[in-house]
Amino acid sequence: MKIEARILLLLGLFFGAMCAVYWTWSLENAGGFMMFAAMLLGFLPGGYYWWWSRRMPERPEDNPNANPEDGAGVIGTFPGSSIFPFTLGMGAFMTVLAMVFGTWLLVPGLALVVWALLGATGESRHGGDH
Amino acid sequence: MTDVLDTPLVQQSDAPAAHEEHHGHDEHHGPSGILNWLTTTDHKIIGMSYTITAVIMLLIGGAFAELIRAQLVSPNGHLVTFAQYNELFTMHGSVMIYLFAGPFAFGALANFVVPIQIGAPDMAFPRLNALSYWLYLSGSITMLLGFVTAGGAANFGWVGYSPLSDSINAPGAGADLWIGGLLLTGFSAIFTGVNLAATIFYLRAPGMTLFRMPIFTWNLLVTAILILLAFPVLTAGLIMLFADRHFGTHIFSVSGGGVPVLWQHIFWFWGHPEVYILALPFFGMVTEIIPVFSRKPVFGYKGMVFATLTIAALSLGVWAHHMFTTGVVLLPFFSIMSLLIAVPTGIKLFNWIGSMWRGQIWFSTAMLMSIGFVVTFLIGGLTGIYLASPPLDFFTHDTYFVVAHFHSVVMALVLGGMAGLYYWGPKMTGYMLNETLGKIQFWLLFIGTQVFTFPQYILGLQGMPRRMAVYPHDPQWQNLNLWSTLGAVMIGVSSLLFAINCIVSWKKVPAGDNPWDAHTLEWFTTSPPPHHNFYRLPKIRSERPTWDYNHPEAPALAHGNGEGSHS
Amino acid sequence: METTPQPPQGAPARSGRSRRLRGLIALPFAALILSGCTVPSFGAKKSDTTTGLSTYHLWQGFSIAAAIIGGGTLLLILYAVLRYRRKDDSIPKQSQYHIPLELLYTILPILIVIGLFATTLVVENKVVAEPKTSYVVNINAFQWGWKFSYPGTNALVVGQTTQKPTMMMPLGVDVHFNLTSSDVVHGFYVPDFNFSRYALPGVTNNFTFHAMKTGTFFGQCTQLCGLYHSLMFFQVKVVSLPEYRNWIHQFDTPAGAAAAQAAQQALEQQNATHVPYKPASTTGTGAAN
Repeated sequence: MKIEARILLLLGLFFGAMCAVYWTWSLENAGGFMMFAAMLLGFLPGGYYWWWSRRMPERPEDNPNANPEDGAGVIGTFPGSSIFPFTLGMGAFMTVLAMVFGTWLLVPGLALVVWALLGATGESRHGGDH
Repeated sequence: MTDVLDTPLVQQSDAPAAHEEHHGHDEHHGPSGILNWLTTTDHKIIGMSYTITAVIMLLIGGAFAELIRAQLVSPNGHLVTFAQYNELFTMHGSVMIYLFAGPFAFGALANFVVPIQIGAPDMAFPRLNALSYWLYLSGSITMLLGFVTAGGAANFGWVGYSPLSDSINAPGAGADLWIGGLLLTGFSAIFTGVNLAATIFYLRAPGMTLFRMPIFTWNLLVTAILILLAFPVLTAGLIMLFADRHFGTHIFSVSGGGVPVLWQHIFWFWGHPEVYILALPFFGMVTEIIPVFSRKPVFGYKGMVFATLTIAALSLGVWAHHMFTTGVVLLPFFSIMSLLIAVPTGIKLFNWIGSMWRGQIWFSTAMLMSIGFVVTFLIGGLTGIYLASPPLDFFTHDTYFVVAHFHSVVMALVLGGMAGLYYWGPKMTGYMLNETLGKIQFWLLFIGTQVFTFPQYILGLQGMPRRMAVYPHDPQWQNLNLWSTLGAVMIGVSSLLFAINCIVSWKKVPAGDNPWDAHTLEWFTTSPPPHHNFYRLPKIRSERPTWDYNHPEAPALAHGNGEGSHS
Repeated sequence: METTPQPPQGAPARSGRSRRLRGLIALPFAALILSGCTVPSFGAKKSDTTTGLSTYHLWQGFSIAAAIIGGGTLLLILYAVLRYRRKDDSIPKQSQYHIPLELLYTILPILIVIGLFATTLVVENKVVAEPKTSYVVNINAFQWGWKFSYPGTNALVVGQTTQKPTMMMPLGVDVHFNLTSSDVVHGFYVPDFNFSRYALPGVTNNFTFHAMKTGTFFGQCTQLCGLYHSLMFFQVKVVSLPEYRNWIHQFDTPAGAAAAQAAQQALEQQNATHVPYKPASTTGTGAAN
């Protein structure tokens, strides 16, 4: 976990340095602002991983001498199949088409989105659809 | 029938005798048929759907390209009208970049291969993964729907420069569909990026330290990070563009105090990292294939990882080399940053050669395609160095020289993608592709690519601008265009050969687990892999666990053990 | 291909020192300076402006570097492919790292890049320089044509699509250009001058040409600007200074003034009737020239 954190922090650091050079040298603000945001996108997850990496025991995937059985067990539960990604996708599809072919498409579009969000959340809570 | 599936971790067993071991509860009892496809969350099926959809997009984009080349056979072509021509090259670029190259790179093979390469049972967020695919598919349909609207498809180039993309110059629904399609595929890409990064960070098998991951997975990790950095910028830009078109804002229009160049900044801030988002996965494919068919480990593994990270880091500081001729960007900064990208790219190139050096090269179709990739990419890379120099960019900007440059690069990616399909196709389907047809396809594609691009380099240097439906009468220009079209036809025929190969090879020669004597974990499991990928896993002690398992007699890597343990 | 021979760039005197100073990395460039224009053109046109000629020399330098690097790499690939084809089932030596070699092909490219960047900077500073001059031309790009006006005079040239308006400029002096656009982004491009620049709405772009040869040069819009982008031609006519002055003074005569006024009216009429967008079915492909 430490290397993951370090990579992101180093990327953030590099973007920060680049941003500083660019912002002082250039007369243009859009690029500097976007590079500043890129720096944050390096520091934010990087810092999170760094914080966690100091508080968690070493994972078998970070241990070069780990054996396959060290990682045995359930790593998560999720539905084996689910209709809601499709429903959500089609809802988004209709919502976007509504921008072009008429706002009435928003009605089925948003309905599908809401249905999918409720359904997917319920699915997660119960560990599967039923 | 639906069932609640407790996901057990990979059934771990190091005993070779356990090969026939079968775990009943690992069987998948989902719905079947079309409903299975609609409800699946299995990364392998999603990866297959991505692959098929992306290849269809490649054929659609290719058909547009053939039409464009046919129009340019004569200086005053009458095949299509001016307006249709603008739609054609816009949609050719858009389909190829947004709907083929990107999704194929990080959605198709990556989706299938990455979890297996690191010994994971699936992606970290399987339902999000399915959502990515549906957004991609609906985004593609949305963008292509432009052709059936009254005003035609988008016609302002795949870069959509403002003010040409505003409501005065592009009032049609096609432009809005283009924006909508990009929004959908953009979110699809962002979700895939999140998914890949989380999978690689959290679902690696025991012993699979970061510095034992195959280079393909490494490149996909870096690609995922780049997606997360770049795509939100594009999405934001598209929303601004839509607001300008319909809600009366003036972000990009001079009349309301806006700045048209801002669009170019936003677009290329996404657009140049996007080039590497496209390229890195293909680099990764080739980096997997060349060592396998040379029977050697990848040369300079750590240098390769370092180069990938450097490319990613630099790629965020080079966007305005697309804007040198605007006269409003900081030339030296973008020039040196762009030139510097040649360094890590060169490292990769030499590492590929080093991987072949003193090897035992087997010229399978996948290997031939990879070598074709290296050569074509060398040409595209070298001509790219010219464009990093502002004076030379002033000279060649928006001419066919630039067109030839990036077609060298993207055709190299097509060669790399084909290499990936020939290499991983047997793993995905369980059946080998025909090698003879594959080799014919390779030679057509490789020679066709050079015949296609070289006349364009010359045309560009002689001053032929891009995106021209007609061009001044000049016998030499016409000849060069004719040659370029001939190359395009060869490329088209090679694509058809691939489609034919897929049909004739279907269910002919079973692939077996490991037809190539390959290195990485996906070749340790069956072809195609079972529902949760593995019945068992080997001990992972280097970046080549399958090779180590199959070749206990081979001397271990000098640096293969214990890397990454220092943290 | 360009045929006019240029005098060698005053090179022989600098030969020995230049080579020693520039060292190994700059050798291609040193060789370039030594041999002047006997270096192959690598497909580019030798330019008819001073800055264009510098660009051309930069092109040659980059091309020599590219030829050496690319050729060498291709030979390496070819050698590896021919030499190491699979002969038997044995496992070759599993070598993975060679630190000195890897360092070499990291550091050497960095040095080459620094060399390329240094030469780029020199040429770039020449190309973007704005020397003081009294010869100024205002260029305005519009859908789909060009307007050339000469501040302080009555001279005006306007032309659309296939009309190919002709921009006059004098020989042997610096001419300053102010480039604007009245609608979308256009590209002002003269292939023989090895130069292009965007015409941006809301921005005035400046650049300078110093023509070294009289003649008529082809020019065209390079940045996609809508329906008739492929027909947005113009010409640059370089004439001697007296001839240029005569041409400017023509516009002070009644006939000349009338011509300018007609051009202005044509432009206004075009602005009034201009439709930037037409559905695909209503546009054909017309004659290119």
